Amino acid sequence: MPIILDKVSHIYGEDTAMAVKALDNISLVIPDGQFIGLIGHTGSGKSTLVQHLNGLMRATSGNIYFNGQDIDESDFDKKMLRSKVGLVFQYPEHQLFETDVFSDVCFGPKNLGLSKKEIELRAYEALKLVGLEDEYFYQSPFDLSGGQKRRVAIAGVLAMKPDILVLDEPTAGLDPKGRDEILDQILKLKVETGITVLLVSHSMDDVAKYVDRIIVMNRGSVLYDDIPKEVFKHYQELEAIGLAAPQVTYIMKELRDHGYNVSDEITTIDEAKREIKNYFTELAAMQRER
Amino acid sequence: MGLIKVKDLIYEYIRRDEEGNVEGITTAVDDVNLDIKQGDFVAVLGHNGSGKSTLAKHLNAILYPTEGTVWVDGKDTKDEAHVWDIRQTAGMVFQNPDNQIIGQIVEEDVGFGPENMGVPTKEIWERVEESLKAVGMYSFRKFSPNKLSGGQKQRVSIAGVIAMHPKCIVLDEPTAMLDPMGRKEVIRAVRALNDVEQITVILITHYMEEVIYADRVYVMDKGKVTLQGTPREVFSEVERLKELRLDVPQVTLLAHELAKEGFPMPKGVLTKQEFREALERYITEGANEYANYFG
Amino acid sequence: MLRDITLGQYYQADSVIHRLDPRVKLGTTVLFIISLFLFYGFWGYLVAALFLAFVIKLSKVPFRFMIKGMKSIVFLLSITILFNLFLTPGEPLVQIWIFRITKEGARLALLLAIRLAFLIIGSSVMTLTTTPNQLTDGLEKMLKPLNKVKVPVHEIAMMMSIALRFIPILMEETDKIMKAQLARCADFESGNLIKKAKSLVPLLVPLFISAFRRANDLAMAMEARCYRGGEYRTKMKPLHYQKRDYIAYGIVVCYLVAGIAAGRLIPMLLNNIVI
Repeated sequence: MPIILDKVSHIYGEDTAMAVKALDNISLVIPDGQFIGLIGHTGSGKSTLVQHLNGLMRATSGNIYFNGQDIDESDFDKKMLRSKVGLVFQYPEHQLFETDVFSDVCFGPKNLGLSKKEIELRAYEALKLVGLEDEYFYQSPFDLSGGQKRRVAIAGVLAMKPDILVLDEPTAGLDPKGRDEILDQILKLKVETGITVLLVSHSMDDVAKYVDRIIVMNRGSVLYDDIPKEVFKHYQELEAIGLAAPQVTYIMKELRDHGYNVSDEITTIDEAKREIKNYFTELAAMQRER
Repeated sequence: MGLIKVKDLIYEYIRRDEEGNVEGITTAVDDVNLDIKQGDFVAVLGHNGSGKSTLAKHLNAILYPTEGTVWVDGKDTKDEAHVWDIRQTAGMVFQNPDNQIIGQIVEEDVGFGPENMGVPTKEIWERVEESLKAVGMYSFRKFSPNKLSGGQKQRVSIAGVIAMHPKCIVLDEPTAMLDPMGRKEVIRAVRALNDVEQITVILITHYMEEVIYADRVYVMDKGKVTLQGTPREVFSEVERLKELRLDVPQVTLLAHELAKEGFPMPKGVLTKQEFREALERYITEGANEYANYFG
Repeated sequence: MLRDITLGQYYQADSVIHRLDPRVKLGTTVLFIISLFLFYGFWGYLVAALFLAFVIKLSKVPFRFMIKGMKSIVFLLSITILFNLFLTPGEPLVQIWIFRITKEGARLALLLAIRLAFLIIGSSVMTLTTTPNQLTDGLEKMLKPLNKVKVPVHEIAMMMSIALRFIPILMEETDKIMKAQLARCADFESGNLIKKAKSLVPLLVPLFISAFRRANDLAMAMEARCYRGGEYRTKMKPLHYQKRDYIAYGIVVCYLVAGIAAGRLIPMLLNNIVI
């Protein structure tokens, strides 16, 4: 179910001397089934934005529509919204509280007032979706490793069967392998269930590999909203706001600057490898002709 | 003997269940030997749980070896008489920026270490000023730490350590909780300390970009040092690093991938300039070769 | 944005009162409160009011900030006033149905209102002009003699200042965890008391765990920076009395003498003149 944001603004401490405009007139459409990266440096408003999507924060002005309905209407069911727009916060393992993993994952569906059978079924499915093995289900979540804890926390949100999964920095603090594992799992999950995924990150390297649309935020507004290739063409503008294109983009630029005729639309290692191979194949062909 | 010498270090801890019965013994650090010279920039890499943080805590006499010995500036860390000397010689910066700032104002926090050491008031002020200047945080000296960004907080923590005039700083994943900008700020500050002030730096991290500037890199796995050498030597082992749950910089990885395809790329390419030069050499020297290969 | 709250409602300004040694301010506040109970009659309180007005003027803190502190005790204040007004036996002044206001009651109620108001405003002046840190420093030094009877004064002061530093961080953390549980459809509001108390478990457990983790980290960081209690320690900002502090003490003594004298002497003199 799509989410539409229409001229949404949010001002912290309105009517005080310290008023800060965290969101400034944002209009966006989040259709079904996309894998979106939301990028911006700390304080760009990306965390504030995602908290509007499930009604944890209220827009100072503007409207947000979920499935065509205004979520700020008084008769709108906020609980339903929160179960449909699943929000996983940064360091989500800090919210775990139950004595065993399985009970913790049951917390969300339990709050939805489902039957015991349905609750357990959903918890089981969710834990499978994040790739946690059965042997951990009845352990204390606090005995797991960092990466496993994070999976449990994500399962806790997935167990509500959301249509949209919003993840705020899901890889923060993990080591490189742990980071890749979580992101691969999310991609797999997206492919298997068709869920919409919104991935909040400040790492372009991570995002370039997975998403099919990038929204760049700066000072509370949307600076770019496009496919990765197009967004990364603006690497100079991205640098000016404290972001950067993936490292390969700079490698290819270095080559182009020194007279190599290679594409400026490269964002992943695989693409770069193919492009360089093509370049040399052509070079070889040219030399043969000569 | 170098500034820090670690010999046959083993650290074990006993796991207990809820009733306090012994469940097993975990060896967090297993037979590690290090010798770090004054002025070195050393990086310790490893995935979460590889034992790198446990090792770091030995260099500051927060943990003591189960077996083996750690000497800091010639002093055995097990000798209780030297604990305070050792902690002053090898200062430590931790991961979470919020959980290591004690003062409610930046300058008061930086003054905390010297206060504990019994430095006279006038000198504390001098040390606070020079330390904050060294990390570029002097203009924030009257701020509440709560109003700073993560990178700024970590720089304050570093200043807090420099104010104790250590010979060596051990940084235990100082950038793990920061955004890319904060990471850059902190690494820049650390490198400046090493270059300008000649302070020995031991940087523990799992971010590969941060170790390129190190003089020597140690890679840890299961409590052991499994790889060591210059950054170039270590990054030559792309496949091995992947097995160890680690990354290499994208430029190194791309060169490695091309080498697998038959390009004569050198091992351990670290910068985009090196990458381009390698391709150029290939064109000028190996023209026939690649013509054969691709033709 | 929770991190921006200032604890202890400190008001940043550059005034003589701000610059005074915290010990002077602490001492004066205590003496001022005692004086409110020592003073006697209209003239005594006039002196107290003048003294308060003088200090507020010097502090450069707008008067409305002083009043802010009053708001929280309005309820308490009105109840005590009403009780005293109606329930004090004595010479009847007005009588409406069963309610009787006596002369003594009216006097007592007025006295109480003035005392409470002055007490609140007086202590607000201190908290508004002194940072929490200065306060703990001042307390530490003032209470130092208690060290001799084995009271760990330094440790208590250190605990207070660490608590002050971490309260905003833990408040922000509470907010975060609450939101995370709300995102899992937690309900903190509906139901009876028991249900509400139960609904706090998902909030309190993670909060305690986090607080313990922070405490553990902090203890390690402090040890790594050579912290070993109050011994050997020097101070970056040691407290030394300046000339202005001695002057302040002088003024306070004058105030006490004047207040007591005014309360006793002026009525006597007035009586003499009338006779």
